[in-house]
Amino acid sequence: MLPAALVGVLVGAWQVAASTGAIADALNLDPILVPSPAEIAGSLWQNRSLLAEDAWVTLREMLLGLGFAVLFGLAAAVAMHLSETVRIAFYPLIVASQTIPVIAIAPILVVWFGFGIGPKLWVIALICFFPITVNTLAGLRSVDPEAKKMMRTLDASRGQILWRVEAPASLPQAFSGVRIAVAIAAIAAVFAEWVGADAGLGHLILLDNAQLQTARVFAAVFVLAAMTMALVGLLTLAERRIVTWR
Amino acid sequence: MRQDSKMPVKAKGFGAAGVLPASPGESAVGVSIRGLRHAYGELETIERLDLEVPAHGVLGLVGPSGCGKSTLLELIAGLQAPTQGDVSLGGGVDSSARLARCAFMPQRDLLLPWLSAIDNAALALRNRGVRRAAARREAGELFQHFGLAGFERSSAAELSGGMRQRVAFLRTLIAGKPVLALDEPFASLDAITRAEMQEWLAGALEAEPRTVVLVTHDVEEALYLCDGVAVLSARPTRTVEELSAPNPRAANRDEAVTHADFVTIREQAMQALREAAK
Repeated sequence: MLPAALVGVLVGAWQVAASTGAIADALNLDPILVPSPAEIAGSLWQNRSLLAEDAWVTLREMLLGLGFAVLFGLAAAVAMHLSETVRIAFYPLIVASQTIPVIAIAPILVVWFGFGIGPKLWVIALICFFPITVNTLAGLRSVDPEAKKMMRTLDASRGQILWRVEAPASLPQAFSGVRIAVAIAAIAAVFAEWVGADAGLGHLILLDNAQLQTARVFAAVFVLAAMTMALVGLLTLAERRIVTWR
Repeated sequence: MRQDSKMPVKAKGFGAAGVLPASPGESAVGVSIRGLRHAYGELETIERLDLEVPAHGVLGLVGPSGCGKSTLLELIAGLQAPTQGDVSLGGGVDSSARLARCAFMPQRDLLLPWLSAIDNAALALRNRGVRRAAARREAGELFQHFGLAGFERSSAAELSGGMRQRVAFLRTLIAGKPVLALDEPFASLDAITRAEMQEWLAGALEAEPRTVVLVTHDVEEALYLCDGVAVLSARPTRTVEELSAPNPRAANRDEAVTHADFVTIREQAMQALREAAK
């Protein structure tokens, strides 16, 4: 209830400030650059088919990119957990991978990989796997050593300890890693589309920014936020069904 | 937590012969500890220890807290290697042989919260490659003998402390190892439940003898459950005194622990323990 009330107050204030031209005057701008919520809503409705088309493109990129990020993120965490050598060798590289300024090297990426969906998935997976790997690894490493000893005396192999004890024990942390990944996947998708795209919400935002279509920029951002919140909601539902012991 | 269901008592035929999983292969295995020394780096945990537990014997270890009792159990169970000396379980000396012959019941029940009671109990079977349905069937048959019937599907959080401990004990027994290493199995229970569990374990061991090494800080528990009790010193550990129990695992616990002979030995053990703690 409280978040809804807060949003209501903020949107109301924005509406008043924008429709009276207060913000534009204060910033010394043309009022067209400062759309009111009502104008954004109007743009949302008028452009619904265009926005839906672009949203679908972006959603697909986000889901596929997240899929790769989860697969790679979990695999990397397990590999680094099972082997000290792998961890020492790869952990710094994985941290370093997060410093790649994707936007800044976008032109090179376009030259290298072209305009297809492939490079976008790489960009999204590159940005999103990190919280998954780091959280899952932390979860795997914090498993009660006594529980592992107990399993050893019950004739468990290393794989059985991983599957029956360590994996379930680290699920809550893996989920929180995935939740962060989902939250940043939209930003990652927009970055990926700026690298070079002919469709998608990020692409639309880029064009509309250039053409001063500010109401539609905000409409696209709104759709992006709504998609992300829906995905986080679905993930929370899934977590509640899977992690029943918390 | 729920109230304990009615405890099964010996009169009801707890663990009638053949009910508990038999140890595969070797029937009876003793524990023999000779010239054992153990250290974590600079820290001397066990100075020198010689202990013998005959096959199907029950040995209690009491000592001041932090005296290396748990380390000793891990050495017996094959989870640690001696710095010097030998720990032999029926002739098996190296860690893997000890792991294969000894089931270890840790201090906390360590039930896995994502598994039901029956799946926790059946862990050893699953690890051995038994399919889930067959493992549940095998563990399920033992549930009623442990006073756990009807709680097969309960999660660990839904069980009372005493029931959790019994599931943990069942999990240890189902591994079918000839030697049991029990680390303060009843320490977390309230006094009444603990007394019930002691009587219950006594009945279980009478019906289905095993070689047992029991670590406890409760002298009365040790003297009631065990044939003999070794009083250990503070770290680095050595044996201060060895005592034999007057009437191990008597059918009536309350009677046994208030008997004059028992009280005399208990005082003797307490005296040794006080010395050991100095």
